[in-house]
Amino acid sequence: MASLDRTARSFLLSELVTGFALTLKYMFKPKVTVNYPYEKGPLSPRFRGEHALRRYPNGEERCIACKLCEAICPAQAITIEAEPRDDGSRRTTRYDIDMTKCIYCGFCQEACPVDAIVEGPNFEFSTETREELMYNKDKLLANGDRWEPMLAANLHADAPYR
Amino acid sequence: MTADLIRFFTTNWIGQAIVIVAQCLAVTIPLLVAVAYMTYVDRKVWASIQLRRGPNVVGPFGLLQPMADGLKLVLKETIVPSSANGVLFIIAPMIAFMTALVAWAVVPFDDGWVIADINVGILYLFAISSLGVYGIIIAGWASNSKYAFLGALRSAAQMVSYEVSIGFVLITVLLCVGSLNLSKVVLAQSGWFFNWFWLPLLPMFVIFFVSALAETNRTPFDLPMSEAELVAGFHTEYSAMTFGLFFLGEYANMILLSALGAVLFLGGWMSPIPYAPFTWVPGIVWFAFKIAFLLFIFSWTKGTLPRYRYDQLMRLGWKVFLPVSLGWVVLTAAVLQFGGWVPKL
Repeated sequence: MASLDRTARSFLLSELVTGFALTLKYMFKPKVTVNYPYEKGPLSPRFRGEHALRRYPNGEERCIACKLCEAICPAQAITIEAEPRDDGSRRTTRYDIDMTKCIYCGFCQEACPVDAIVEGPNFEFSTETREELMYNKDKLLANGDRWEPMLAANLHADAPYR
Repeated sequence: MTADLIRFFTTNWIGQAIVIVAQCLAVTIPLLVAVAYMTYVDRKVWASIQLRRGPNVVGPFGLLQPMADGLKLVLKETIVPSSANGVLFIIAPMIAFMTALVAWAVVPFDDGWVIADINVGILYLFAISSLGVYGIIIAGWASNSKYAFLGALRSAAQMVSYEVSIGFVLITVLLCVGSLNLSKVVLAQSGWFFNWFWLPLLPMFVIFFVSALAETNRTPFDLPMSEAELVAGFHTEYSAMTFGLFFLGEYANMILLSALGAVLFLGGWMSPIPYAPFTWVPGIVWFAFKIAFLLFIFSWTKGTLPRYRYDQLMRLGWKVFLPVSLGWVVLTAAVLQFGGWVPKL
C-alpha cells in the first residue's frame, strides 16, 4: 500500500505541484525589498559613512591638528600637515583622506578630542574616477557644512551611550 | 489600378519578393519585441516569487529596461579571444539565432495566417530545432575554452536526448490529427477547450512541456550554463551582440516551443468556448494568450525548481520519458485503431 501511495504521488507529481503552489502564493505577497533610490532604510546614529570635517557655530574649524586620527588610522588613509596660523593657533594646512584606503572603522572619529573629523550618514558618494576619492581638506570641510545638521543630531543622539 | 497592383504582387517576382519580405518582417519584428519583453516578464516573475520588485526604474514600471539592455549589448565591444577560431566563433551565434527565427515560418498565427503552409510543417520544425544545436556546439568548440566546451557538450547531449521524447509526443499528436500540417493540427482540435489535445493527451502534454524546458536549456535543466560550475556554459567567451544573439535565439526558441505547445495541445488560435462573444476575439489574440500562458509557466518553473544533477537529467530523459512516451504512442495508436477514431485522410 505504501509503495502504491508512493508511486501514485510520484506519477501525479504531487511534490512538484506543492512547490509550484507555494511559489504562486508568494507571487502575490507584498514585496519585502526597499525601493532603494526612492526609499531608504533607517540608519543608526552610529552609522559610519562618508567623512566630514566639522566647524564650530561661529565658522571656526574644529580641527586642531593633533594628528591623533592620522596616528590611529589602521589603513593609514589620513595625511595631515600643520602650521601655526597668523593668529598663533595651530591649524592644518593639509588634511587628506584617501577614501580608497579607508576601511570605515570609525577610529578617527573616536580618537578626535574635538569632534572635528566624523563619519556622517552619507553612503552615496561613488565617483566615476579614482582621483575623485582622494579627499582634501576643502572637500571634507564642504561635507561638514553640507551635513552639519544631521552630524550634530547624530552626535547628540549617541552622546548618552558614550 | 488595383488589379494592376494585385497582379504585380502575385505574379511579378519582384512583387512576390516584396510580399515575402514583408511577411517575414511582420513575424520577426513582433517576435523580437516579444523576446525583449519576455526577459522583462521573466525578471518580474522571478522577482515577485522572491518577494522582490524586479526592474522598475527605467521607464514606467521598468518597461523600457529590455530596450536599455539591448542598447547596452549593441554598443559594447565584441571580444574574440585570441585562441578562438575566429570565423566559427562569429558564425555560431548567427546559426543559433537564425534557426530560432527560421522555424517561425510554419507556425500558424490564425486561420491561414502562416508564411509557409507546407504539408510537413511539424517535420520542418523538428528538423530546424535539431539544427539549433549546431550553433551551440560550434560556439563551444570555437571558443577554445574549457567552460564553453563542457557547456556545449552538455547542451548537445541534453538537447538530443529530449528531442527523442519530443519526437514521440509529436507522433502521438500526428496519430490523432492525420496530418503534418500545423494548421490542420489546430483545426483538428476545434470545439470546447476540453476538446483540445491537452486533456486527452495530458501525460504527453506534461512530457512535451518538460522536454521543452530541457530543449531550451531552462531550469531545472539549465546544466549547460550552470553558473556555479561552468560560468555561463557555451557562451562564456561571448560578449556584446554575439552574446545578444545567443540570448535572443534562446528566448525565441522558448517562445517557439510555447507556440508549438499552443498549436499541438492548446488549440492554436481557437477560442476556448466556441460561442460568441469569445469567437469575436481574433484568433491571433487567443494564440498570443496561450503562448503567454506557457511562457509564464516557463518563468514560474525557473522561479520554483532547483537544478537537476546531470545523471538525473539523463535518467529522466532516457529511462522515464522515452519509455512512457513510446508506450503512449502505442496506446494511442491502439485506441484509435480499435475505437474506430482513426482520422480520415
